[in-house]
Amino acid sequence: MDLFLQQILNGIMLGSTYAVVALGLTLVFGILHIPNFAHGHLYMLGGYVTFFFITLLGFGFWTAMISSMIILALIGILVERVVYRPLRDQPHINSFISAIGALMFLETFVVVAWGPQGQRIPNPYPNPVEIGGIILTQQRLLVIIAAIVLIVLLQLFLKKTTPGTTIEAVAQNREGAMLVGINVNRVSSMTFAISTATAAAAASLVAPIFMISPSMGALLGMKAFVIVILGGLGSVPGAIFGGYILGLIEALGGGYISADYKDVFAFGALILILAIRPTGLFGREEVG
Amino acid sequence: MAVRLFFKEKWFYLLILAFALTVPFLVPGRYFFQIIIMSCLYAMATLSMNLILGYTGQASLAHAGFFGIGAYGVGLMTKAGISFWAALPVSALLAAFIGLLIGLPTLRTRGSYFAIATLCFGVIVSIIAGSWVSLTGGYTGVVGIPKPTPIPFPVIGKLSFNSLTAQYYLVLAFLLLTLFVMHRLVFSLQGLSFMAIRNNEALADAVGINTFATKILSFVIANFFAGLSGGIYASLIGSISPSTASYMLTFNWLVYLLLGGVATLSGPIIGAFAIPVLMENLQFLEEYRLLIFGVLLIVVIIFSPRGLMGVIESVWNKSKAKNPVRKAGGEYAAEGGKPDQAI
Repeated sequence: MDLFLQQILNGIMLGSTYAVVALGLTLVFGILHIPNFAHGHLYMLGGYVTFFFITLLGFGFWTAMISSMIILALIGILVERVVYRPLRDQPHINSFISAIGALMFLETFVVVAWGPQGQRIPNPYPNPVEIGGIILTQQRLLVIIAAIVLIVLLQLFLKKTTPGTTIEAVAQNREGAMLVGINVNRVSSMTFAISTATAAAAASLVAPIFMISPSMGALLGMKAFVIVILGGLGSVPGAIFGGYILGLIEALGGGYISADYKDVFAFGALILILAIRPTGLFGREEVG
Repeated sequence: MAVRLFFKEKWFYLLILAFALTVPFLVPGRYFFQIIIMSCLYAMATLSMNLILGYTGQASLAHAGFFGIGAYGVGLMTKAGISFWAALPVSALLAAFIGLLIGLPTLRTRGSYFAIATLCFGVIVSIIAGSWVSLTGGYTGVVGIPKPTPIPFPVIGKLSFNSLTAQYYLVLAFLLLTLFVMHRLVFSLQGLSFMAIRNNEALADAVGINTFATKILSFVIANFFAGLSGGIYASLIGSISPSTASYMLTFNWLVYLLLGGVATLSGPIIGAFAIPVLMENLQFLEEYRLLIFGVLLIVVIIFSPRGLMGVIESVWNKSKAKNPVRKAGGEYAAEGGKPDQAI
């Protein structure tokens, strides 16, 4: 029973990361219709920027994380401008190939700058806490709580503020949004900035628990796509629930069935679901 | 018309063929020769990827997965004592068959969904290759795969494949076979329906093309050749591992394809030879190689989606503007659409 609860908590922690990353991706992929395949790599870069601030500039954990979010937001705007905007009116697949170029660049950049080996951020909160007989480190608890805070803040931003509602307006009707005077380019930049900043936050939060490595972005990016497609394009609740469910599946599947094949379950599920519903579980529209 | 153009240029192609045949006498050393042989194999893989991605417009990112299936098929079967010449077609057919099974669900999806679904399948193949230790040897892979079985000839005796020269002629023969099949396909009615789907799937459907069956056909043929090249790779290189099926390999081929010229027959070959050879000569750039590739990929897809051959072709077409005939892959003109709108 203790093992089960432990795995559940691990699953929730993993799921928190997935939910935050998938949330950023669903804004970009579902709302702007940009298949930002480099999303996982931007997440990875976020982890490294935090690492850079902590180890080289001696920042505290929180300052480093916020700085990393700001830097990644700027990089997100840059990526949108350089990599995706010139291809906006072209078939999706061209953006996809462009994204592959971007992720190759990002991964190699990190390898050249910090080396291919994994790095560890010193854990700011290593002390264990006990909840109902289960022991977990404060940092793990922090990941779970911070993810919830981030998700709630983002939700409030999207629903209650004017810039947030412009994103939703563009999602609902691009031409209509332009007609009422919304600057679609600015919305694109803003959405990208939010998406990459949240990815950086997720990476910074889990970096003290897992190692960061240049290759960690690729699998995570794919998982985020799996979550977004399963949860429904552009659906914020879908991305959040999908993230937690995938985290739980992985923790339980990895703990009880086979740790080697845990990724096969997630990716296999995607192929199966697309076989039944080619536009995803909650997909409403054809995407070309 | 295409045939006429082909015959006009036949001397040029014969010259290239003659050059290809004399390569073993020109290469400076064993190492470089090995790179040429690898390039031939990758050219086969890139050519077949071009069929599904370039001509049919469906970005399959599982290509290295099928290459890996062919490689593991030949590796495991020849180590079990089965002749290479039996194992190779069986493995290629296996890759084609798995391609059919995967194509049935995934080809119902479109655009980036298809790319992601196939990428997921590619990752699954390499995870299985790494985790099914009893069959695949896990992450150490399969080593000591025998060279292709010698072919007995009545007069000249056995033709064995121990020398690099013999291996080179073997891959060259298969590369030419692949090129021949692709050429026949692309210039056939079937090839036109592939391109019709790429250019406008709804329109292709409306004029009576069974788009789903056509896409499946293209995917299965592409995967057959991916498996074929993987099988030859396993036997010639002698060892395989999960990295033989890694998606990074697919991305490499994508770079060859895009830089060489997507939806042309010569582009993939030029890309598969020029880039590795260039990289060998720019060893000092090794670390930055993917950095440059990444930027090049973005620049090419934005400014010249059809790569080097696209540039050459448009210059060629401008210089003979009187002649309205365009080569394969130039069919956009008939649509009146911008050529840059699709790859």
